[in-house]
Amino acid sequence: MSGLRITSCGPTLSIQDMGRPGYLEQGLSISGVADQLALYEAGALLSHNEPQAAIEMAGIGGAFKAETDMTIALTGASMKASIDSTQVGWNATHFLSKGSDLKIGGVQNGVYGYLSFRAGISTKPFLGSRSAHLRGGIGKALQAGELIPLGQDNANTAGIGLNSDKRFCGGVIRIVPSVQSALFSQQEQRRFANTVFIRSSRGNRMGVAFDFEGDGFAAEGQLSILSEIIAVGDIQMTGDGRPFVLLPECQTTGGYPRIGTVIPADLPKLVQTAPGKKVTFQMITLPKALDAQKTFEDDIKRLSEMAFPLLRDPSTINDLLSYQLISGAISATADSKES
Amino acid sequence: MILPNIFPAIKPVGINGMLVQFSDKLNESSNRAALSFCDAIRQQNWPCVEEISSTLASAYLRFDIQKASHEELTQDLQRLLHNQNWYEAALPQGRRHLEIPCVFGGEYGPQLEEAAAAAKLSTQDAIKELTSVRTRVLAVGFAPGQPYLGQLGEHWNIPRLTTLTRQVPKGALIVAIKQLIIFTAPSPTGWRHIGQCAFDCFRPDELNPFALRPGDEVSLRDIGAKDLSQIKAKDRTGNGGATISPIL
Repeated sequence: MSGLRITSCGPTLSIQDMGRPGYLEQGLSISGVADQLALYEAGALLSHNEPQAAIEMAGIGGAFKAETDMTIALTGASMKASIDSTQVGWNATHFLSKGSDLKIGGVQNGVYGYLSFRAGISTKPFLGSRSAHLRGGIGKALQAGELIPLGQDNANTAGIGLNSDKRFCGGVIRIVPSVQSALFSQQEQRRFANTVFIRSSRGNRMGVAFDFEGDGFAAEGQLSILSEIIAVGDIQMTGDGRPFVLLPECQTTGGYPRIGTVIPADLPKLVQTAPGKKVTFQMITLPKALDAQKTFEDDIKRLSEMAFPLLRDPSTINDLLSYQLISGAISATADSKES
Repeated sequence: MILPNIFPAIKPVGINGMLVQFSDKLNESSNRAALSFCDAIRQQNWPCVEEISSTLASAYLRFDIQKASHEELTQDLQRLLHNQNWYEAALPQGRRHLEIPCVFGGEYGPQLEEAAAAAKLSTQDAIKELTSVRTRVLAVGFAPGQPYLGQLGEHWNIPRLTTLTRQVPKGALIVAIKQLIIFTAPSPTGWRHIGQCAFDCFRPDELNPFALRPGDEVSLRDIGAKDLSQIKAKDRTGNGGATISPIL
């Protein structure tokens, strides 16, 4: 067995794919990548038909050694990356020959970066998925010394790039009503819609908190709400009336009132909003949300057409960040200055 | 002013889910309705349905929005709702009764006395009642495989604690609001810790990792601390000395 050896890493690396749907009744939430779009982007870069499991890295990456030849893709929140001390770009594929050192540092925008492999990760699936579900006791956070086993495909398809989108700086997040929205008065709902929220530093794969100025948001009779099914993206108001958006590793049921649900098309933007960045929540109708879903899925289908060969193999270019190759494709910092 | 819900109520969940709520209160009949209605949806084999899940008093389904519209599915659900009185429906087939050994009190259930007092019972009477009652798995949730068992009598409607217990072990039996839970993994809790089982609710290494299903019935058997360590030493199945029989 060969693959990628972790020589050192941050505390929040885990193997994630599209998750494990279908087990809510058994108390097991879907898990899977926080940012599904990043996995589709990796799939487009690596010519995968379906998204493959990747290493999810929250905030910081690690140091890795290739124990076999491999083509990798780096997607999601951009992080400072180098191969054998040569800086390489994000949203692109790179080739690691056996013995190469890959270093991935701190995040430069957003929250979650992804390291994907053309050969795919070949760990044993559990209930149809390779995703760790840390709170549920499935899999573990990755640790130094571990080998990530990979499949057989060691073809060199380095030098493919994708333009990065603008999901890393917060902004308007669209939501639909939840089953408990009506427990919030019209006035509270209006105040919620007009409030600017700041992504708190409290957040993980279970959910993320948002801060704001003003009184907490309260629902009527919220202490006696019967525990009810949770959808990923639900915005629950915890005891202090501050919003906590539930993510793929959330509990399956909960009794806190939920004012709305983030639509799937805007979840990548929500999870990639870095601490300190601002968001507002805009309530839209269900038909509008279904249109947004159609657009989102069409955009995903077009990703592979959007992938383009970079002018040169980025892994062979020294100091790549100083090159202005194609705007946005290579420079990891291009997006981070927007607000 | 919030208008009262009329039950059963059909509501969308996110963009691809529907919820049929049978009550805003948990009781035997609303839970019965949730369990039997979920079973009925399962038997319909609607091609658009991707997942069905019962919660305490609701039936949830997730569907493929390419294959059915919310309007169509709402109509289908309404038709099914009108078929019978779900609050009095027969419970689904294939349920099981489990008798699970449990050590009550002492270091294995440090809050038993407190819980019994809150229920206005002596410790002995509390154990006697908890080992003679047959509870239903009302729902599985919060953590993988973790059962909510109930409902106990009204005197067990004891509130959650205001301060969390930092950690109770896997297999801990805890009580609050007329329900019992056997924890699947070490966890903090605001419920009172009254006993310890060797029964493993979540077994990731097995073909079927979930030991209990909503609708199963559970009773507890009072054992001593020595029995528990013997069971733990011998048990390779995760059943922790439980006897399991089908409900016919």
